[in-house]
Amino acid sequence: MGAEERAARLATRSIKTTAKAEAIDLAIGMVDLTTLEGADTPGKVRAMCAKAVHPDPTDPEVPRVAAVCVYPDLVAEAVRAVEGSGVGVAAVATAFPSGRAPLEAKLADTRAAVAAGATEIDMVIDRGAFLAGDYMKVWDEIVATREACGDAHLKVIFETGELATYDNVRRASWLAMHAGADFIKTSTGKLSPAATLPVTLVMLEAVRDFRARTGRRVGVKPAGGIRTTKDAIKYLVLVNETAGPDWLDPAAFRLGASSLLNDLLMQRQKLRTGVYAGPDYFTLD
Amino acid sequence: MSSDVPRGDALFEYAPAPESRDVVDIKPAYGLFIGGEWVDGSSETRSKTIDPSTEEPLAEVVWADAADVDRAVAAARKAHDEVWGPMPGRERAKYLYRLARLIQERSRELAVLESIDNGKPIRESRDVDLPLVAAHFFYHAGWADKLEYAGYGPDPRPLGVAAQVIPWNFPLLMLAWKIAPALACGNTVVLKPAETTPLTALAFAELCRQADLPPGVVNIVTGAGETGRLLVEHPGVDKVAFTGSTEVGKQIARAVAGTAKRLTLELGGKAANIVFDDAPLDQAVEGIVNGIFFNQGHVCCAGSRLLVQETVAEEVLDRLKVRMATLRVGDPLDKNTDIGAINSAAQLERIRALSEIGEREGAERWSPPCELPSRGFWFAPTVFTGVAQSHRIAREEIFGPVLSVLTFRTPAEAVEKANNTPYGLSAGVWTEKGSRILWTAQRLRAGVVWANTFNKFDPAAPFGGYRESGFGREGGRHGLGAYLAGAQR
Repeated sequence: MGAEERAARLATRSIKTTAKAEAIDLAIGMVDLTTLEGADTPGKVRAMCAKAVHPDPTDPEVPRVAAVCVYPDLVAEAVRAVEGSGVGVAAVATAFPSGRAPLEAKLADTRAAVAAGATEIDMVIDRGAFLAGDYMKVWDEIVATREACGDAHLKVIFETGELATYDNVRRASWLAMHAGADFIKTSTGKLSPAATLPVTLVMLEAVRDFRARTGRRVGVKPAGGIRTTKDAIKYLVLVNETAGPDWLDPAAFRLGASSLLNDLLMQRQKLRTGVYAGPDYFTLD
Repeated sequence: MSSDVPRGDALFEYAPAPESRDVVDIKPAYGLFIGGEWVDGSSETRSKTIDPSTEEPLAEVVWADAADVDRAVAAARKAHDEVWGPMPGRERAKYLYRLARLIQERSRELAVLESIDNGKPIRESRDVDLPLVAAHFFYHAGWADKLEYAGYGPDPRPLGVAAQVIPWNFPLLMLAWKIAPALACGNTVVLKPAETTPLTALAFAELCRQADLPPGVVNIVTGAGETGRLLVEHPGVDKVAFTGSTEVGKQIARAVAGTAKRLTLELGGKAANIVFDDAPLDQAVEGIVNGIFFNQGHVCCAGSRLLVQETVAEEVLDRLKVRMATLRVGDPLDKNTDIGAINSAAQLERIRALSEIGEREGAERWSPPCELPSRGFWFAPTVFTGVAQSHRIAREEIFGPVLSVLTFRTPAEAVEKANNTPYGLSAGVWTEKGSRILWTAQRLRAGVVWANTFNKFDPAAPFGGYRESGFGREGGRHGLGAYLAGAQR
């Protein structure tokens, strides 16, 4: 009875229509709307931020997303664009996505993002060190980055596709939580497989146990490959039955995604009006 | 940790997602299936099979009497001698493949029917029972023309007529375990399903007609214990196969003793599920839950005794309770349901009685808060802690969703306690250490030992017990031996 079987079973739960409406709104409020391309420009980031603040221009009831997620050099642009909306600005720092840079460079990366106004830092762990068994190096880097973050929240990305085994995921979770992570995150989104249900299940079990032991609630963020409302709801069911309803909160669970948001909006409108609108009715920012 | 038991319904309400009953067509009354035809029984005794989740009657079945059993055995004999026995294996295989495909085609209907008649959740009948039923027919179809390579001599022959009596916990799956190997080896069968769950066997009879199976190769007689007794004691029978309680198994063994009949028995169990302190605990908890709450605990190989190393006992129990609180008990046809209805009032009474004995003996009883439907037969998932080997709930098969938790200090003690039972059907071992798995498995007296998993079945894997759990094996190459002349049991 491994994680895969359990996750597959939970994926077959069916949600009440009323609960589905709440789940969709909750999921929208948990999205870290992300653009992480080499081709990102200030214009692209501004457009995405506009979408993050008002996901559906035709419906002011739609909640804003939790945060936008951009590269450090575009943080200032994003901060300006979301100012006053309550949407957070997350920056991927520490030589994202590979993490292959000297620690000083990673810390400088982090400090620059924080100085530009990032409220959340998504760091990557050194998978090379982790797989070589040099857990202390991974630990030290997380602790140092934590310090460099100041007041910003720290999300620690494992790139679970490279850690390969559930044991490693569990071990990395434990290590990151003890080192001071506010969130643990599955993937960079640059590698397949990115987030999967079983990996997220293992991480949810870890945060549940960590709180039982220390009293501190650490968040979980699956990222990459979550594209449909159905996927998002499967994740929420997983959260609900593993870590518990306390984690059904944007402060404790996020979905790193880009195309997911429009599907959530489409399903939301379908629930409200009974009909599906075409893709042209949802903005492509 | 038990303070934050997730009660998910605050935000999320799962929607009832029932499978439609419309896919099944239940007749008001059924006769007996003898010689390829539906015949009225000569007996006046009848009973109604009910839906255990609602107590609604589903259909009336006749209790076959001596004359009916005579007819069924005669039909099977004729079919064996004239058609099925002489038929080349490759021809028999075609029929078995056809049956397997028909089962797959009609699996949704059969799954719903099974859940209605038995009370098991649709998730299990749909995702476990039916796929395994089809797999058993496919697997044995493959053997039918290769029996001379199975290691039972160059020209293995069928035994003749097999009398098969099956239980109510996995009605169609047990039918498949019995009928598929018997037919593959060239035997014909008279099968008696349990009186509380005859419907899928009767649906299977229809399937035999649909598959154009020669008349008399499969005969189904319904009835209770008396019909079963008449069948296994019938002098025209060459082979008896029984799955059910140890008590009835002993009666059958006595009845068959001194005759030329070959016998296989698959009886009760009180399996130990051993959790060592280095086990992956979340997975172990899943395995414990699966081991005892799968099919409402109506599983002969259920992991009903949890042996947990004392160093991690508290942690395992905390996690187990949190997990148990998420189990959903209710409508068997709802695909969100984890635990369905207890199969009968009598079984529910037995589970209640033994649980009360457990409390009186001083074990601590716990169930998660869970609302049970007002009609039908229901029992909340239950765990007893502080259980000792001398408690009756640690020794007797409860056959319900009731787990007894015992602790141990050393691997040797775990093995000693696990083996300290008259049964020996299955066992589970949870540890990250491969050498410890092998060390433990070698010492456990159990027919099946699962490592870091539980309740996994495969037609290629022989299944069967030690001591009071019975003898003979079902499935795999070994299972064929039970249906071939000249083979050792």
